[in-house]
Amino acid sequence: MAQEKSAGRMTASSVTYEPVIGMEVHCQLSTKSKLFCGCSTAFGAPPNSQVCPVCAGLPGVLPVLNRRAVEMGVTAGLATGCSITPFSRFARKNYFYPDLPKGYQISQYELPICQHGALEITVNGATKRVRIRRIHLEEDAGKNLHEGIAEASHVDLNRAGVPLLEIVSEPELHSVDEAVAYLKTLRELVVHLGISDGNMEEGSFRCEPNLSLRPLGSTALGSRVEMKNINSFRFVQHAMEYEIVRQSKLLERGERVAQETRLWDPDRGVTATMRSKEEAHDYRYFPEPDLVPLQLPASFIEERRRALPELPAARRQRYRDVYGLSDYDAGVLTATPATAAFFEAALAEGARPKTASNWVTVELFGHLNKEGRAIEQSPVSAAQLAGLLALIDRGVVSTTLAKSVFEKMYRTGHDAPRVIEEEGLAQVSDAGELDRLLDEVCRRHAAEVEAYRQGKEKLFGFLVGQAMKASGGRANPAEINRLLKQRLTGGTGT
Amino acid sequence: MVSPTGQALHDLTLHEMQDGLARRAFSAAELIRSIYDRIGAVEPAVRAFVALTRERAEAAAVKADRTLKAGGKGGAVPPLTGIPIGIKDNLCTAGVETACASKILKGFVPPYNATVVERLERLGMAMVGKTNMDEFAMGSSTENSAVAVTSNPWDTTRIPGGSSGGSAAAVAAGCAAAALGSDTGGSIRQPAALCGLVGLKPTYGRVSRYGLIAFASSLDQIGPLTKDVTDCAILLQAIAGHDPRDSTSASIDVPEYRAALGEPVGGLRLGVPKEYFVEGMDPEVERAVREAIRVYEKMGLAVREISLPHTRYAVAAYYLVATAEASSNLARYDGVKYGYRTAGASTLAEMYARSRAEGFGPEVKRRIMLGTYALSAGYYNAYYQKAQQVRTLLRRDFDGAFADVDLIVTPTTPTPAFRIGEKADDPLQMYLSDIFTISVNLAGIPALSMPCGVTRTNLPVGLQLLGKPFDEATLLRTAYAYERETEWHKRRAPVA
Repeated sequence: MAQEKSAGRMTASSVTYEPVIGMEVHCQLSTKSKLFCGCSTAFGAPPNSQVCPVCAGLPGVLPVLNRRAVEMGVTAGLATGCSITPFSRFARKNYFYPDLPKGYQISQYELPICQHGALEITVNGATKRVRIRRIHLEEDAGKNLHEGIAEASHVDLNRAGVPLLEIVSEPELHSVDEAVAYLKTLRELVVHLGISDGNMEEGSFRCEPNLSLRPLGSTALGSRVEMKNINSFRFVQHAMEYEIVRQSKLLERGERVAQETRLWDPDRGVTATMRSKEEAHDYRYFPEPDLVPLQLPASFIEERRRALPELPAARRQRYRDVYGLSDYDAGVLTATPATAAFFEAALAEGARPKTASNWVTVELFGHLNKEGRAIEQSPVSAAQLAGLLALIDRGVVSTTLAKSVFEKMYRTGHDAPRVIEEEGLAQVSDAGELDRLLDEVCRRHAAEVEAYRQGKEKLFGFLVGQAMKASGGRANPAEINRLLKQRLTGGTGT
Repeated sequence: MVSPTGQALHDLTLHEMQDGLARRAFSAAELIRSIYDRIGAVEPAVRAFVALTRERAEAAAVKADRTLKAGGKGGAVPPLTGIPIGIKDNLCTAGVETACASKILKGFVPPYNATVVERLERLGMAMVGKTNMDEFAMGSSTENSAVAVTSNPWDTTRIPGGSSGGSAAAVAAGCAAAALGSDTGGSIRQPAALCGLVGLKPTYGRVSRYGLIAFASSLDQIGPLTKDVTDCAILLQAIAGHDPRDSTSASIDVPEYRAALGEPVGGLRLGVPKEYFVEGMDPEVERAVREAIRVYEKMGLAVREISLPHTRYAVAAYYLVATAEASSNLARYDGVKYGYRTAGASTLAEMYARSRAEGFGPEVKRRIMLGTYALSAGYYNAYYQKAQQVRTLLRRDFDGAFADVDLIVTPTTPTPAFRIGEKADDPLQMYLSDIFTISVNLAGIPALSMPCGVTRTNLPVGLQLLGKPFDEATLLRTAYAYERETEWHKRRAPVA
């Protein structure tokens, strides 16, 4: 299998090729009911249990547009800086297939609901603006079932009529890395906006890249290959990498790349022809006469604009500017709305931003990732974490021991004070107790004490370490330092 | 069974039946029995129905008699209580096969009622049966039915018109008090004219299309076929109004149609479009229509000639828009989910092709092919889009005309009923029989056909009144005024 890990430009003996990638994403909207009827959109129900005369395409039925889906479409458009089409319409896309009960899909064609937006992506520290050509609403098709049925295929229409948002970028992604970053950023956005669960395995976020190569420096576009059947970021990356190698070999041999649609085969790691340009459907689009044009008053659009949550990019910026976090930490904390919510809840409970950021990204994620849990299922709440951090600040527990405290909190769900109490992990700052400890350490390490006094100052650290160890980590290190210095110099320690 | 005035019950109008039932002159059960007796007598010659729903009608009659009895003691009696009505076979009726007179939908029993059927049943209707039609409402003679050819009760060697020919023949023959039809290019008005009835194509959006098996979605509209204008007003009242299940149904108030019938019409301005009085029109038709216009003049209406200059493009535009939409609407009949499926196909493509080739009749196939072509890449702009532009021009013609007149009057058809088989092999001649009716569908305005005479051979002639959008009330009262001055609506078809 020829799959090279080069995620960018391909160099042939004489020509350097640049990939030109456009992305078509089908994103399932998280409405409760379908786009044109009241049936449930829940995933995984028994076949044909979420079907009515409308989504089954029975004779005489008519579609009625789901308002919530329109709101979500507008939200996506606003979040990507699109202009919202005040007068858009639905169109019929005609083709025959058993999973398409009406013989046409209700989609949008000439006048999509959103146009001319952009998505900002970051690749290797550089920011790039990728233009979005259009966003439109359409209904999903059903599913043909072939497995386990002898000499017949069955059709499951549960998915037929489920609302999709089709988001089409301009062909201006020029590496696999850029394409993947675009997809990840877009997925993060729709999840953040609450308009999709972004679940790729369940088909809620389907990517169809189209890719062509051209000599670097050229502005002409080569023959475009569309790829389908891709249900993970890993596969989309592999498929594009495969296609770049395949196309560049063709070009190097002086052959032409055929304009076609190719299916990704995840088992073999290759793409294969699905249909050629000649076999492409003539969809015979025309305006859907069963629906009136979709008119969106300015007030409707404004209402959606006001309801927009803070967008991930703006939030990242704020974390950097206001909280002084690094790009990396800001990125991790804003990766999902839940993470950002957790972090901000901890701040609301009084935690300091940098400390909270460290604890969330290192300790909490360390534990969560080990168990494959999402932050929504964290046994330690944001308030509990903030409580622990406050105890560190007040010197009740050392930073080192706090990690053990946190682990115990994670296991039991208990508050920090209770864990510290139960485990006896409170920091010792009492001078009398610490003096007794130092008596013992100095007695055991009399030789080192003597050597220090002779001028081997490096041994001070060793003695502090011994004292800490003897206390089981509970001694207040600052106090130990002070008392030991006082003892060894024989002075007051000031 | 005869009414107290000596008339056979089946010959009564809908409102006469209402009165008789309310006065307990006869019972709903007796009425239904007389209807089915009449059907038994004339149906072999007329063949208006594809199916009779006698049990459902008799159950409705039993319920109606209870309602009427309670009504005598002050209970509410819905207006259609016990009224026998025929329903075109392209209107979905829960539990009763609805096949659009097509082989491809044979055996399809909808699990739901069309909104209009639901409304009529809620108002007490006794559904007599499903009426014959041209397959998928494509035709002007009811010869394109996969079930039977319906005859005109005025002359059974002639066609009743179409596509709602079964509905028209049933009412004209006294086999139903009234019927529902659908009108995409004249399919209510043309058979109403040829069968001596009142037929109304309401404004697009006035009546819900939910449950109407689509032919051309942007043109289809359901409406009544009745024995007189009063019945038409009653039935329109029953079916008009917004339906949340049809996004194209209008949220515009529905006036009290029957109450407005008696309002004076003097002073109304009547436009006579010169483009509708063309060469080749049957002279008897023209004479009857001109005479009707004189009647209106005598009643004090101001008659003037007007022009609708884009009329000559209407037929061409219609056969592009209607076929294009049909090619898409009929794609769902693919043998996968319901209806006819060919036996023994070995591939999916073969199953599709053969099911459709065997399931659809020749006229339906012709229109699917025409429509598919009109929407194809490279032809869309020249055909479908151009046709839509013509629609806009036609609508502007009407808007302009209605700035000067309140109604437009034309013949409904260029000729009276033609003979069965006469145009069956000449689709273009058949298409031209709708020449006066299709502009109305393209523009979305309402229009009504009413009897205005008979030929020397006793074939009815229809007068068409065209109205402003959503102003069915003016159409009805103008038609009613004519009816009071004339006797044409009292003539009954001679079938026995």
